[in-house]
Amino acid sequence: MSDEKFVGTPRKVTTHVNQNEDLIFEKSSAGKKGYRLAELDVPAVDAAALLGDAVRTDGLGVMPELSEIEIIRHFTRLSTWNYAIDLGMYPLGSCTMKYNPRINEMVARLEGLAEAHPYQPESLSQGALGIMKLLSACLIEITGMDAITLQPAAGAHGEFTGILLARAYHQAQGNPRTKILIPDSAHGTNPATAAVCGYQVANLKSNSEGMVDLAELEKLVTEDVAALMLTNPSTIGVFESDIHKIADILHAKGALLYMDGANMNALCGKTRPGDFGADVMHLNLHKTFSTPHGGGGPGSGPVACKKILEPFLPTPVVVERENGLLGLEFNRPQSVGRVKAWYGNFGMFTRALAYILANGPDGLRQTTEDAVLNANYLRAKLKDTFELPYKAPSLHEVVFSDKLQAKNGVKTGDMGKRLIDYGFHAYTVSFPLVVSGAMMIEPTESESKEELDLLVDALQQIAREAEENPELVQTAPHTTRLQRLDETTAARKPVLRWKAPVAATPLTVDTAAKEW
Amino acid sequence: MTGCVLSTDNRSYDLTTRNWEFFMRYLPKSPADRVEMLDAIGVPSIDSLFESIPAEYRLTRDLDIPRQHSESEVLDRFRAFAGNVASGDAAELAAAPASRLFASFLGAGAYRHYRPVVIDSLVQRGEFLTSYTPYQPEISQGTLQALFEFQTMICELTGMEIANASMYDGSTGAAESVLMAVRVTGRNGCVVARSVHPEYREVLATTVQHQGIPIAEVGYVRETGRVDLEALAAAITSDTACVLVQSPNFFGTIEDVAALAKVAHEKGALLIVSIAEAVSLGVVKAPVEADIVSLEAQSFGVPVGFGGPYCGVIACKEKFLRQMPGRICGETKDRNGKRGWVLTLSTREQHIRREKATSNICTNQALVSLMVTIFMTVYGKQGMKELAEQNLAKAAYLKSALEKAGAKALFSGPSFNEFAVALPASAESVNAKLLGKQIVGGLALGKWYPELGESAAIWCATELVTKVQMDAAAEAVKG
Repeated sequence: MSDEKFVGTPRKVTTHVNQNEDLIFEKSSAGKKGYRLAELDVPAVDAAALLGDAVRTDGLGVMPELSEIEIIRHFTRLSTWNYAIDLGMYPLGSCTMKYNPRINEMVARLEGLAEAHPYQPESLSQGALGIMKLLSACLIEITGMDAITLQPAAGAHGEFTGILLARAYHQAQGNPRTKILIPDSAHGTNPATAAVCGYQVANLKSNSEGMVDLAELEKLVTEDVAALMLTNPSTIGVFESDIHKIADILHAKGALLYMDGANMNALCGKTRPGDFGADVMHLNLHKTFSTPHGGGGPGSGPVACKKILEPFLPTPVVVERENGLLGLEFNRPQSVGRVKAWYGNFGMFTRALAYILANGPDGLRQTTEDAVLNANYLRAKLKDTFELPYKAPSLHEVVFSDKLQAKNGVKTGDMGKRLIDYGFHAYTVSFPLVVSGAMMIEPTESESKEELDLLVDALQQIAREAEENPELVQTAPHTTRLQRLDETTAARKPVLRWKAPVAATPLTVDTAAKEW
Repeated sequence: MTGCVLSTDNRSYDLTTRNWEFFMRYLPKSPADRVEMLDAIGVPSIDSLFESIPAEYRLTRDLDIPRQHSESEVLDRFRAFAGNVASGDAAELAAAPASRLFASFLGAGAYRHYRPVVIDSLVQRGEFLTSYTPYQPEISQGTLQALFEFQTMICELTGMEIANASMYDGSTGAAESVLMAVRVTGRNGCVVARSVHPEYREVLATTVQHQGIPIAEVGYVRETGRVDLEALAAAITSDTACVLVQSPNFFGTIEDVAALAKVAHEKGALLIVSIAEAVSLGVVKAPVEADIVSLEAQSFGVPVGFGGPYCGVIACKEKFLRQMPGRICGETKDRNGKRGWVLTLSTREQHIRREKATSNICTNQALVSLMVTIFMTVYGKQGMKELAEQNLAKAAYLKSALEKAGAKALFSGPSFNEFAVALPASAESVNAKLLGKQIVGGLALGKWYPELGESAAIWCATELVTKVQMDAAAEAVKG
């Protein structure tokens, strides 16, 4: 091994099942190739002659050069450093990390769908439009709404679209209004969305049960309020039993009820937002409808709404033409406009529809029932171990707090990290903000009783450790390839890209490296 | 408890027979598990767990959606959809015209390039596919390191100093870039070139409509197809935050980025360059004079897939870092001094700053950015250039074949793999004729650019289009 290998990263003994893995740039060697283009069947051209000043003359700097096997190994090794649903449970509250069925992946890759160009003629797009039409019909039925757009790219994008609809509706009545009400337990995307739609945010304090305080709501709802953005079940996993009174208070003043559908996994097939008073809502296909999170996207955030908001939906919408063919209708004068190029994250529509078909009405209902059963089972098993700040009945998730363990200096974040040592992903830490030291757990329906029991054992053991050996928990995780990372320095002195070392000066091998 | 069922729909657990009448294959519970768990909770039935939902809103019927399908039935149905059957009914498959048999000259923001097989093989590994956003870096180093590699390669290709870890797509990325420029400059207007993708411009208009940001449009020179620099200079005011252009633009013409930057900068505005065809970067000079680059990276290994999901990304000068939206991955060390990666600078983001965030964006396109990263790695330093040169050669051949068939190039400016032409007849009629020969012709421009006439269309040839297909198309255009 040449000394150059020690530049930047001293190689060390691996603490994992496979080799340490450098950055792809550090593995690159001039002259290697991982591709071969098809033989050119037309005359080659002189790029400089065709493009003139616009031709690229730099050597593409750090772009890597590797063979195919090295590329496969690089990314395969990286993959083994990730936790994943396929490895075990993600008790992440509010994130709905459920099983991602493999048939979804297969159908999304069928050539006639994956290779469909968004501008190809409608006569060739009947299957793709058919998927959009059937998915729309299913989601309208599931939500109890009247109309839908599939265009938004993710949940937050759906919120943006939904609030635009509300605004257009009020505008059409002559006054867009000025405020959006948002409970203090809401996701951060809600206030951010209200702001980008040109609204002021008015904070709605929760009552002692973590629910909407009706008296407070009554006070705040004026004719300046465009909508209330409400997550139901709330971020503490509790159904707003007064939901219809909430809707009535809003509607009496001409305001709308926007429902954040992030927690639809608690309701699907058991109750419908359209029936209990919601006017507009978004869905997260990557939560309730099993499309993969993929390390943080792509999402898909369809927005369903009541009839009164339909004229304002983004263009285009799928329609059935007189000749029986499906088509895209662009002529919608009251539309809020387009929120994304083309028709949305179509590949996610395919996956979500495959999931809905695989379940059917009975499967979706049983899925919801199991999700709620799982959360309540964890609540029952852990309620003597951790403080339960709100006692209202849980649906699909349960929120504990670290109050009992914090006495020993062990915080929710520490216990979340320690859970990693037991083979689990952390639960959601410090959210919702209304609970100090929140530990938010959503098991989803995808966990067996055996897996839930393992989680219960792990959390009970961690609670014991918090009393007997707090430091063990405070310094967790201990079994991962890397231990706690210095996030402060990462933000203070950002290093956001790799740069080739200026000169290959061998570094002195540090002590840790000698273990190799 | 009355009766012998646990759920109102009569399909759940029957206490007499101790049998669950119904099973869903994704659900990992035995009948006995469910009973044991209900006992542990201390409730008699599943329905009692839903009592917080007022009875009048509880659904007591089946949802009116298609019945439960077996895996093979799901597959059959989607094979029918993929074969262009609107109902997904497999029985109609034989009669449907299947689009996959057609040669296609469509580009216009969605480009069909070869996707190396290793991409799907790697992104379907469960550790990538089924992992969450890397908020717990100790068990997410795979995704994080790949994002860091993504950011590095995007910087290299675009000539920018930093890049984020992706945006939804090129259209929303361009709109977010404009909002970013408004924050950076403290100014409040945007001048957008008419040659920017019409759907990107629509998204921009939707995005800024309630933020009081005026959008002015600037035209193109009819001779070259490039932005009209004089008109641009006249359109920029002291309150213009940025100029948004696309290169290659919607007509396929490559803009003179240096000249555009000069005009923008002279008036104190930022230049945003939107790039919809990422493969062009292998042979077209990087827009280094720009302040912000909004790239649609779909061309790098992402299926055209009827318009999404794609992969937007914003790259820019380092000094604008704190105003850049979206997730960013940064290098750091763990407590033992080992190198690692984390999501960083989250104080810009909605989960911390709420209504004061740089954007409401949360989810991004991580898995798609991984496809892009693998694509960029496979082609690498040599291949990016070679691939781009093949596209250039194919498009040059197509242009000359169409010209021989009676079409006229509309613009003289340099182009990459697509270009605007005036066809010998209306684009709609030519396309109808081509369709009869199983060819999807270029995109008609009349809908967005009536001034170019009914015969105007943009044609695209990537490395996947063959000489035989191009000759056949030219022949049909002529005939």
